[in-house]
Amino acid sequence: MKSKYLIALCVSALVAGCATMVSGPNAPTDAEIVAALKASFKETGPAKLDRLDQSDLQRACSIAAETGKDLDPKVREALQSKALAAVKYPADGKYLGDWKRGEAIAQSGRGMQFSDAPNTVAGGNCYACHQVDKAEISHGNIGPTLWNYGKLRGNSEAIVKYTWARIWNSHGFNACANMPRFGDAGILTEAQIKDVMALLLDAESPVNK
Amino acid sequence: MRQRIATAFATLIVATIAMPLLAQQDTQKEIERYRQLLADGNPAELLEMRGEELWKEKRGPKNASLEQCDLGLGPGKVAGAYAQMPRYFKDADRVMDAESRIVHCQVELQGLKREDVVKRPYSLTQGERQTEHEALTAYVVGLSRGVKVAVPQAHPKEKESFLRGEKMFFFKGGPYDFACSTCHGVDGQRIRLQDLPNFQKADNAQRAFTTWPAYRVSQGAMRTMQWRLFDCFRQQRFPELAFLSQASVDLITYMGVKAQGGTMDSPAIKR
Repeated sequence: MKSKYLIALCVSALVAGCATMVSGPNAPTDAEIVAALKASFKETGPAKLDRLDQSDLQRACSIAAETGKDLDPKVREALQSKALAAVKYPADGKYLGDWKRGEAIAQSGRGMQFSDAPNTVAGGNCYACHQVDKAEISHGNIGPTLWNYGKLRGNSEAIVKYTWARIWNSHGFNACANMPRFGDAGILTEAQIKDVMALLLDAESPVNK
Repeated sequence: MRQRIATAFATLIVATIAMPLLAQQDTQKEIERYRQLLADGNPAELLEMRGEELWKEKRGPKNASLEQCDLGLGPGKVAGAYAQMPRYFKDADRVMDAESRIVHCQVELQGLKREDVVKRPYSLTQGERQTEHEALTAYVVGLSRGVKVAVPQAHPKEKESFLRGEKMFFFKGGPYDFACSTCHGVDGQRIRLQDLPNFQKADNAQRAFTTWPAYRVSQGAMRTMQWRLFDCFRQQRFPELAFLSQASVDLITYMGVKAQGGTMDSPAIKR
């Protein structure tokens, strides 16, 4: 962003202006940042350097965070529609698995780290950011509380499908949402997402007591 | 110190309540251990002493000590130096954080091989002795206790390091789409029960920057700022941050500038 501004300044000031601009600190270009990052990280375990190649969404949301300026509404709409269109709903039409397994998935923060063994079963780490079952006091607050999620919303088809899509790729609803794309990025399997769905929506789940 | 213990204790009490019932017995044992550790002060003080011995010992092919190491305030001046780093060093023609500069001095003054020095900077396995790098860093940072953070920004390369660090701080990537700013850009955020400093607020940035390196009671080891970033990126699902890499130095510059004016209080003690 800043580099573009500098270039624009340089172009408008033509040759004379550029000579003096260059002697000061140079704002890095996006390409320079990616190059510097790639030279600064090592491929270890499942974490390869291609994780530093940003998607259009990641780039747009990085700039939005850095500048404090919201996304252009058209860009936002395009990113969200693309995310939503790619949500894969369960082929068998069954959305709810086992809430007990869902609770274990919500507790586990393993998976996709460079330190993880190859066959690590990934968790959803929901409690890192959300209150889920009130019995677990050690929860974060980056995301909203999910206590009584199903009790408050019911389990209509619309709610069930919305919840599935939100877990699959939350960027379908808010392009720059902090929540990882648990389905889209392959963090959790379809079966695991069903279990987390049950934790949130099953009437028997402690979350809905 | 007393206040630190009180804070640590408050954290413990919260952690105890939060533990599921089954884990309560183990927790009790752990708390006893914590109590004993905290009652004796910060174990990092021992590491500072070991670091001082290492600093003054003649070692390496050149049979030299590190006493003439220039940490930015001139050869032999360690007191207050950490609080004014990262900074630009003319002899290396680049910006270096304290940990980079310590390694630089080991190579230049003592003639040690760089690849040997950087091979295993952190003591990562349970019960492993703290590394020489951790000891030397503990000594150097300890001599900045009470000194105000004043990370220089006069040299163009220092400014560039900050600007790169700023971009990297907001850089979203990886399968989780996380940037540093995802967790460290908003007030009052927590992961589980851990409070997260918001680097856009001076007081938050100061509290974080001035208390690293820190002795982590839960790990039984002192951790350096390079380790802090390495472990953040692990949880961010990025690849492995290389020790002393450009990105590590740039991010430390960014954090240091955000923390200007804070008072160094490291090695601190944390949960």
